[in-house]
Amino acid sequence: MTTLTKKTNKNIFVRFLTMNTSNEVGGREVPLWRQILLQVLTLVIALEVMFPIMYIITLSFSSKTTRPSSLEIIPKELSLVAFQQVLDRPTANPVTFTQLLTNSFMLSVGVGLVALLVAVTAAYSFSRFKFKARQVLMVMVFIPLLMPGVGLATPLYLLMNQFRLMDCGEGITALYPLMSCAEGVAGKMVFNLRDSLLGVGIAMVAGALPFAVWNLKGYLDTIPLDLEEAASIDGADSNQIFFLIVLPLAIPQLAVTFFLGFIGHWQEFALSWLFLSKPESYTLAMTLYNMTGQYANAIPWNRFAAMAIIVALPVAVMYIALQKYITGGLTSGAVKG
Amino acid sequence: MATATAKMTKSRTDIRKAILPYLYLVPAFAVMAVITFYPLIYQLIVSFTDFQTKDLRYGLASPELNFIGLKNYIDILTGGLPVQNFEFFRVLVYNFWWALTNVMVHVPAGVVIAVLLNTQGLWFKKIYRAIYILPVVIPPIVVATVWRNIFDEQYGAMNQFLTAFAQFFGSVDPIRIRWLTEYAPPIAWLLPTGPLPLAYYAMMIANFWLGWPFMTVVATGALQSIPKDLYEAASIDGATGTQQFWNITVPLLRPAMIPAAVYGFTTSFNLFAFVFFMTQGGPARTTEILVTFAYDLVRNLRLFGAAAAFSVFIFFVALIVFLITNRVTGATESYTA
Repeated sequence: MTTLTKKTNKNIFVRFLTMNTSNEVGGREVPLWRQILLQVLTLVIALEVMFPIMYIITLSFSSKTTRPSSLEIIPKELSLVAFQQVLDRPTANPVTFTQLLTNSFMLSVGVGLVALLVAVTAAYSFSRFKFKARQVLMVMVFIPLLMPGVGLATPLYLLMNQFRLMDCGEGITALYPLMSCAEGVAGKMVFNLRDSLLGVGIAMVAGALPFAVWNLKGYLDTIPLDLEEAASIDGADSNQIFFLIVLPLAIPQLAVTFFLGFIGHWQEFALSWLFLSKPESYTLAMTLYNMTGQYANAIPWNRFAAMAIIVALPVAVMYIALQKYITGGLTSGAVKG
Repeated sequence: MATATAKMTKSRTDIRKAILPYLYLVPAFAVMAVITFYPLIYQLIVSFTDFQTKDLRYGLASPELNFIGLKNYIDILTGGLPVQNFEFFRVLVYNFWWALTNVMVHVPAGVVIAVLLNTQGLWFKKIYRAIYILPVVIPPIVVATVWRNIFDEQYGAMNQFLTAFAQFFGSVDPIRIRWLTEYAPPIAWLLPTGPLPLAYYAMMIANFWLGWPFMTVVATGALQSIPKDLYEAASIDGATGTQQFWNITVPLLRPAMIPAAVYGFTTSFNLFAFVFFMTQGGPARTTEILVTFAYDLVRNLRLFGAAAAFSVFIFFVALIVFLITNRVTGATESYTA
């Protein structure tokens, strides 16, 4: 408080520069030469951070599909052609942007939500009950966390590939591998679980679920037991305690767990690129990769940059909004193991 | 009679109490049984076969499928796979080296920048904090595609930047470094098991951009919990800024930074999207890490049996990494106590 009153007699520019932006009260004054030195350092770091970001932003606002032959990191023109083209016709295939967006959205929301709903009771059980098989079961749930997502991809691919709906003709449909068409009838494939968003979603849940359990358990461990004990003395049973006391208290962390699942799978690429082959079930992340893929000479750079920004923006905004909770959750979980 | 019913109801509630924790676990375990545990067992079985594309339709029931025992495992270890430029131990050592060197750079840089940013009275602190968080919030696939573009031989921003820099000193020739495709290692002796191509250094630069901000976030959080009077007492005793840094800041940051470093290590170790988008493991698989190779086995080479065996290897490597890192974090717990 004293610092604020002290500075009121200076002019507005000095007041802006010396504004207390760090919520610290009564800090020491930094000598000017040192302040300038520090400013140079922090500015250089800020430039390092901004360099690739400005590069891609500049590209996205260009009306030319080629990359500039000399360094440009400040937009020379503000053309929205690239964004418009990406929204109009994102790929060479006849797939609309809305379709890609819907695919990405359904996949990431679905995975985040399913993982959360299935995980929450397990997290509660691990956090609050002492029972015989607790240690063993916890190891079983957390062991898949050790595996990188690609590690489970092979068997999931093989297993889900066998689930298919075949049109055997004459209005008969068979669900492989439980049923099959008549002997000698080849049948036409209608649906293959592996090559569908549902299948990819299932594969993603396999990775998202253990993480959700771990993340929620870490948080539930930090909720004090007093309230639950009081409720139990008042005659509430375990289910009432769970639904009426623990769940409402855990809402912030439920939201964070959901959003972490959402963010992680919005940008997921490996599984979807492995499983999906039909352009109409592509996601935004896959489209981005497809743009720089094999035909490197014909990459429409401004559209690629625009697409990169479109993919990054929702995640970035969400992450910044939740930053405090996310880093808090990660570190508290990490310390507890 | 009355006591008997009382006993019975009591024992019934006892049973209810005993099975309740398991009831809460049912949803998670039912889901995991189908999409995690069963596929893991399936993976183990497939790893003993020569599963290929022709067997996709009928899975393990395929008439052409042969059980070949440990051949896949032996082939992976001895380089017997029909894959060019692959040696298991070279990739394994490179993978560890890659993760280790990244963390060794990210953590100190993150701490130093956090300390710099924590200077009392630094101007524009909030703006810098907002900028420095940006790399954390942008999806790795976008980061990697942008950086691959930056390291492009002809149009890349890095060569353009170096050219502009060289022109400033009177050179006229444009600089054309083949960042991602040059095979010859710049420092030949650095890793005895295999070459470290220029692409490794390019990826280190790109991943540095991606990696330090997270460490800064963690270090900033920890810095703010260090009591200020420690520094005041030290400066009264005549300690210089450097002495304060080494004797107060560093030891008090350690409990927070070690779990963060472990987290960073495992992230770098399995950095699939980044490596895949930057180099796809090239040139000649010299920047391949375990997960990208596993992916290549399934997605492009379609050697499902070998891929399953390789995933089993990945699992054990992950387990060893986990056990080591768990020891390291365990060490911090006893340190803080």
